[in-house]
Amino acid sequence: MAALILTLFLPLLGAGIILFMNKTQRKGIQYTALGFALATFVVSLFLLFGFDPANADFQYYIHTTWIASLDIGFRIGIDGMSLLLVLLTTFITPITILSSFQAIKDRDKLYYMMLLLLEFGMIGVFVALDTILFYVFWEIILIPMYFIIGIWGGPRRIYAAIKFFLYTFIGSLLMLVAIIWIGIWGGGDAGFTADYLTLREIAPTVPLAIQQWLFLAFALSFAIKVPLFPFHTWLPDAHVEAPTPGSVILAGILLKLGTYGLIRYNLELFPQASIFFAPLLSTLAVIGIIYGALVAMVQSDVKKLVAYSSVSHLGFIVLGIFSMTTEGLQGAVIQMINHGLSTGMLFLCVGILYERRHTRELAEYGGIVTVMPKFAVLLGFAVFASAGLPGLNGFVGEFLTMLGAYQSPILGTWTYVAFAALGVILAAAYLLRMYNGVIFGPNLNPKNHALPDLTKLELWQLVPVTIFLVWIGIYPSTFLQLSETNMRLVSSKIEAAHRQMSQEHRVSSTSQMPLSPASLSFLLPQEIKNMHRQQQRELTEDGNGAAQQQMSDEEWMQE
Amino acid sequence: MSELIFLVPLLPLVGAIINGFFGTFIKNEKIIGWIGSLTVGIAFLLVCLIFFDQLSLPPESRSVTVTLFPWIVAGKFDISIAYLVDPLSLTFALFVTGVGFLIHVYSIGYMHGDRGFFRFFAYLNLFIFMMLNLVLADNLLLTFLGWEGVGLCSYLLIGFWYDQKFSGTRIEWTVDAAQKAFIVNRIGDFGMVLAMFILFALFGTLRYLDVNAAAVTQFPDGSLALSIAALLIFLGCTGKSAQIPLYVWLPDAMAGPTPVSALIHAATMVTSGIFLVARLSPLFALSPAAMGVVAVIGIATAFIAATIGLVQNDIKKVLAYSTVSQLGYMFAALGVGAVTAAVFHVVTHAFFKALLFLGAGSVIHAMHEEQDIQKMGGLKKYMPTTYWTFVVAALAISGIPPLSGFFSKDEILWNLFINGSTLLWLVGAITALLTAFYMFRLVHLTFHGTPRFDPEKVHPHESPPTMTIPLIVLAILSIVGGFLGIPHAFGHALHIPHFLEQWLHPVLVETHKILGIEPATEIHPIEFVLMGISVVLALIGIAVATWFYITNQQIPQRLAERFRGLYQLLWNKYYVDELYYTLIVDPLWYGSTTLLWKITDVGIIDGTVNGIARLIGHFGNLFRKIQTGIAQSYAVMMVAGIVLILIWMLFL
Repeated sequence: MAALILTLFLPLLGAGIILFMNKTQRKGIQYTALGFALATFVVSLFLLFGFDPANADFQYYIHTTWIASLDIGFRIGIDGMSLLLVLLTTFITPITILSSFQAIKDRDKLYYMMLLLLEFGMIGVFVALDTILFYVFWEIILIPMYFIIGIWGGPRRIYAAIKFFLYTFIGSLLMLVAIIWIGIWGGGDAGFTADYLTLREIAPTVPLAIQQWLFLAFALSFAIKVPLFPFHTWLPDAHVEAPTPGSVILAGILLKLGTYGLIRYNLELFPQASIFFAPLLSTLAVIGIIYGALVAMVQSDVKKLVAYSSVSHLGFIVLGIFSMTTEGLQGAVIQMINHGLSTGMLFLCVGILYERRHTRELAEYGGIVTVMPKFAVLLGFAVFASAGLPGLNGFVGEFLTMLGAYQSPILGTWTYVAFAALGVILAAAYLLRMYNGVIFGPNLNPKNHALPDLTKLELWQLVPVTIFLVWIGIYPSTFLQLSETNMRLVSSKIEAAHRQMSQEHRVSSTSQMPLSPASLSFLLPQEIKNMHRQQQRELTEDGNGAAQQQMSDEEWMQE
Repeated sequence: MSELIFLVPLLPLVGAIINGFFGTFIKNEKIIGWIGSLTVGIAFLLVCLIFFDQLSLPPESRSVTVTLFPWIVAGKFDISIAYLVDPLSLTFALFVTGVGFLIHVYSIGYMHGDRGFFRFFAYLNLFIFMMLNLVLADNLLLTFLGWEGVGLCSYLLIGFWYDQKFSGTRIEWTVDAAQKAFIVNRIGDFGMVLAMFILFALFGTLRYLDVNAAAVTQFPDGSLALSIAALLIFLGCTGKSAQIPLYVWLPDAMAGPTPVSALIHAATMVTSGIFLVARLSPLFALSPAAMGVVAVIGIATAFIAATIGLVQNDIKKVLAYSTVSQLGYMFAALGVGAVTAAVFHVVTHAFFKALLFLGAGSVIHAMHEEQDIQKMGGLKKYMPTTYWTFVVAALAISGIPPLSGFFSKDEILWNLFINGSTLLWLVGAITALLTAFYMFRLVHLTFHGTPRFDPEKVHPHESPPTMTIPLIVLAILSIVGGFLGIPHAFGHALHIPHFLEQWLHPVLVETHKILGIEPATEIHPIEFVLMGISVVLALIGIAVATWFYITNQQIPQRLAERFRGLYQLLWNKYYVDELYYTLIVDPLWYGSTTLLWKITDVGIIDGTVNGIARLIGHFGNLFRKIQTGIAQSYAVMMVAGIVLILIWMLFL
């Protein structure tokens, strides 16, 4: 318990302490921030010891009432997936702080406060088990990120920051509507509830036609964050303009909030709607894989290249999620970690070059290996991990997501995978183009003749990440087993829903027209209550639905 | 004994780590070189021990699986890092470590003084590690790890001299060739990955033994899915083993240092495809369509690559096309179900082609990095060891008895005839003639005749013993290697068994059963006739080459002028590279830049986003004008509003 509370609040405490420091004490501020980030990492490691991977329930569960009348509470807890993502966050943050030592040259105090606040928000999203609390954390993140891009960014930083903010914000407003709707539905006669655990039981009973709307409201918010094609255009701008540490956090963790949300909220709350929309989202994911790769291939700005590669890589994660098989979901979870590590590292490397030359044009580089051999080796690890070379981490995730999608009874066709696999070819094309262009060839540019190799500080950023690239590549079980039970549960629930849906389909060809409720009256609270009550009556009359749900859970337990 | 197999790949890995991370501190070339060589050498001895151990067992128990640790486990998917020790994997492991060791030793001499000496040995060791994983793997996924791993090493080693120029179609630097190799191979890997999904969906496993067994029991008459899986795997093989349509990377891969060409791009890595098809031969055997494709692609590649090899002037490029051609033979053999013959040719080819490349390396070394055979000639007297070993290899590849190439190639030709068709045999036989011709064209232009270089500037010399000793060892192997597989036509009467056939038999029982191939018991007189024909063809090839390039040196030029179009076609490698660039690469590049990036991304999507933002801004501006702050205008608006409401209430 204490470990989770500490993990969540240590960064906030750090930010609070920095608030009272003298802004001229640059070193003091930097090391305070680093100290708190490292302490958070160490504390979060303790979460591992008390964690039981075989237990599908949320662990370290804490519940404190917040707004009693609306049943909104401070409810936090973690399962395997959130544990992995929390660890990713606490691992990446100290590294970004190290890279900030070089990249951030003014207004340190504000900056490190923002960074720690960001970490607080991100951990919060991953541990929140209350929809309103989740929403609060979700929005908290926007603020520090907005400032990090807007204050310490490149020349077009204001445009990029506003674009980032508005894009994300529009999505999250729709999500808020959905959170309120489902809260009223779930509250029953009590009025309202934001308890995720309650909602997870109740939400799947929402009629499909309305589930679809709720699904879309959540999915849009998450799709923008992921970002899924065609909602991705904020990403290249945000990445190019953000300072290096900002890009690292953005790629490393922020994007995972979207994929995390897709599993936690879309799949778990709305299994039927997820099944209905799986083909659509998988199609967008596959388009993103190929599209992102092709656009990345023709970029001349190294950072933009890596940014577009994220669109491609995240496509694999979304494809794995909507395969809704254990293999695909497990692949998605491990790929979230992988992408955080390898793309985060790519951005660190781009930053290291930028610090030395203040340009990101591919044409400006070449033959860097002659002056920076250590850098060449470490960048090589990141590049080949990203390209999905077996033995490094990226392969494990890509392979599992595609395997899951291939077998998925819900997607039911090999087409997605056939196209997704093309992305693997293209990944080699754009990454090698970058690696060859920067590292190899002759070192002809006189400005590059005397670049210093990696400093100790930079090695401390890159080497720890590299260790994990290899570790996950060779022995991914350490990480996969943490989330296996949870993902099994998710996929078995979806499977049960799928079976049930196809049975119902056979009995009566669907009377619910998807996505076409007679009017928007379903948005009115009174209407929600009525619908809920009516459904409760129906359920108690035949008692079938609940029994079936029970059955499938038991079946799963037997497996 | 077999349990020790994990040490075999581990040793080179340790070597790679020591040299890779501490090479800069060790500095001493001798120590680095011998760490690299000995780790492989000891691995070779270990494989030998395991080999003899298995040989002492009864044939049916010559298959041991050694599981190390779980690798990827999720849901129903469960794959371990595990090695399968059986005759097929041991055969490959033997020549990979054996030839690998020799080439390591050779490299100590060849790479002497190179600034990346330690890096070279680290890569080379890493390559051996990956290659051993590829051939020893107990499942397709671990093979794939090795498969991509050798691709990585190939990439690193082709571009080893990363700041040197290398000319090719749209290739300017060696690293461009490296990139091309990796990406072209990735196209093949695309097929491999899909095939793995299909196989897992069908059988719920990727372990070779299980897949093969399940394929035979579940689909005794074959199935479409099985054929597709087999063809996708073969797509992977066309990449790694340089067959049509993906062979284009191999000639450019010659940008790497010559030992690399010998080890990776001739002897070992490029035979991975043959290994894989052999490993999954029951699967292929169940699909006549896939077998047909393999045979046709194989023989077509053999012929086409040989024709290109006729006119090339770069010593290594000739050898590269020769490799592509020989690999084609091997696939042709696989396509008609002659797995033993294919593996046999893999082994002998590893000997004589490695020898040819190392000999070429010795020549290039002596000629101060000159690779154009038009600028050589008469080198025989300067470097006798290189010369004699090179001739041995050339005779072997041409199929002159009793050298190794004769036995293995003839077994392939015989199988093409008896299990395939006369046409396959005919193309194969003609290719044999072409092979003999281009090999002796190479020998004559390089070693015979009068020197065409400037003796003032270039002083050819014999290479040091670290280089010549491997040449001699490989020459001996090229001579005697053929006795691994004495044809029945000879062996039957003399009671000498075909060793390789017996040795591989336990692995191929199923395949042979499916294809209805039975061990040869009687002698076909026609086998002797075909043998005679191919020897005669080889001799004709050699004779013509001698006539063209020694006796009457004007002929080649006159022919080139006479058949100008054909010559240009061959010289430009049938313009295949150009075709690929124009049809695939350029449109993709152009489309991505304009249609996807500039139009869709920046134009449509961002245009919409920014457009909406601007629209909202406009509305804001519009409404702002109402908020003037002048009380009179507010009053006017209020009155107007009241009037409107009244009208609505009264009249509507």
